[in-house]
Amino acid sequence: MNILEVNDLGKNFNLHILNGKRIEALKNINFTMKEGEIIGLTGKSGSGKSSLMKCIYRSYLASHGEIIYNSVAGKIDLVAATDHQIIQLRKNEITYCSQFLSVIPRVTAVDVVCENLFRSQKDKFEAREMAKEMLEKLGLPTSLWDAFPVTFSGGEQQRINVARAIIARPRFLLIDEPTASLDQKTKDVVVDLILDLKQNGTSVLCISHDEYTLEKLVDRRLALYKGEIEQLEGIAE
Amino acid sequence: MERNDDNWLLRVRNLTKIYGEANENTLALTGPMFNSNICPETDSIVACAGIDFDLYPGEVLGIVGESGSGKSTVVKLLYFDMEQTVGAAWLKPYNDGLINILSESNQKKRFIRNHLMGMVYQNPRDGLNFRFSSGGNIAEKLIMAGNMHVGHIRERASDLLNKTEVPVQRMDDRPSSFSGGMQQRVQISKAIANNPPLLFLDEVTTGLDVSVQARVLDLIRELQQDLGIAMIVVSHDLSVIRMLTDRTMVMKNGRIVESGLTDQILQDPQHEYSQLLVSSLL
Repeated sequence: MNILEVNDLGKNFNLHILNGKRIEALKNINFTMKEGEIIGLTGKSGSGKSSLMKCIYRSYLASHGEIIYNSVAGKIDLVAATDHQIIQLRKNEITYCSQFLSVIPRVTAVDVVCENLFRSQKDKFEAREMAKEMLEKLGLPTSLWDAFPVTFSGGEQQRINVARAIIARPRFLLIDEPTASLDQKTKDVVVDLILDLKQNGTSVLCISHDEYTLEKLVDRRLALYKGEIEQLEGIAE
Repeated sequence: MERNDDNWLLRVRNLTKIYGEANENTLALTGPMFNSNICPETDSIVACAGIDFDLYPGEVLGIVGESGSGKSTVVKLLYFDMEQTVGAAWLKPYNDGLINILSESNQKKRFIRNHLMGMVYQNPRDGLNFRFSSGGNIAEKLIMAGNMHVGHIRERASDLLNKTEVPVQRMDDRPSSFSGGMQQRVQISKAIANNPPLLFLDEVTTGLDVSVQARVLDLIRELQQDLGIAMIVVSHDLSVIRMLTDRTMVMKNGRIVESGLTDQILQDPQHEYSQLLVSSLL
């Protein structure tokens, strides 16, 4: 079963405040993704990787084309879906993990990781236990668990970010550079955690520049060049 | 996947407020296209016009825009602080959403306000009675919602003050002796005392210093997570909007110029004014 079918997707930015300047970020994007598959999105900076991911998550409004997502409740075009449908999908199925942690002031590391669990009304004590377990696996020092992530280092923030995204075991995960500022050992942990999600049926679209991560993690690669798909290369099954 | 468009808690259609005598051209000659909300023919002022939206249970909706864009007017109309020129609103828990609450009698409006809504104003003086103690203020709201048992009222008041981190020992002190942040937290306690399904927050962190601001925002997030209250958050501060809301409406000159998911408004704004607003963000 396909979890995602992207047909003729395009994205332009019309910058009214720059006298209507038009920037073409994506064009003629076509690909499908099977359930439980991990696709690696590669390409130079500025090639449109994040734009594609944001169009799928609907942080960007696609200019044309369709993105058919096969949800638990049936097929839906993420380009045309209502805001409320998207909110529902984000709550129950689709998670986006950005490259940078956008932190909330005065919320502890553990509670930041719990965010999605709290939102789905999970018992707070249980949720915090799960978060601690996750942070333990990711090697975040226990002394930081009750601290506020605003002051953390890049690698520490990234681990919080990844933990927050995967703790609720989303059905479809969009993840941007999950291993970029991590050491080798932590990279392996992150790769294993994502592979573990895959084992449980999660489909993953992952942006990465890191050859090691791609090698270990992805089933297929999708290379973008100047907003278009350059090649779709499958690794032998 | 079904659209399920009927799941709204609050439905608002064509909500409009005009000060002064308008004529048939007033609406056509005002708005973002003219960069003005003053009618050139009649000098009437269009505070807001043609406001349409649905708010879902537990959802947090932001209204953002510059001063005078009409964002506060929208919540004040819905909380019956002023009267609309035209427009309608329906609230699901009130007669199953079949009756336009804006055309109800004053007595019924008071009932709706006391039982089904809460409001937190920018200025605590608008939401609190400074002649009453902080506990007394909460009691006032509870009594109006039909609670008469003094013991229960005091218990609920101390629970609420606890929740909002106001020292319970100060329950019998007047809010005038509190700091601004504490007054704001008492006001929030009062607003949620009757467990309303709908809470309006009008510039609640404006004027507070950043540490107090963070505390108030925290409290609001927690209330939303724990109690699932639907909220309309009015703010000119995009960081407040980003932190609290799922969806956002951008207003200018009394009109909604754009609405969408908050992260979309912030990352891919479509309207010229939204682009200007977002690019001005520090």
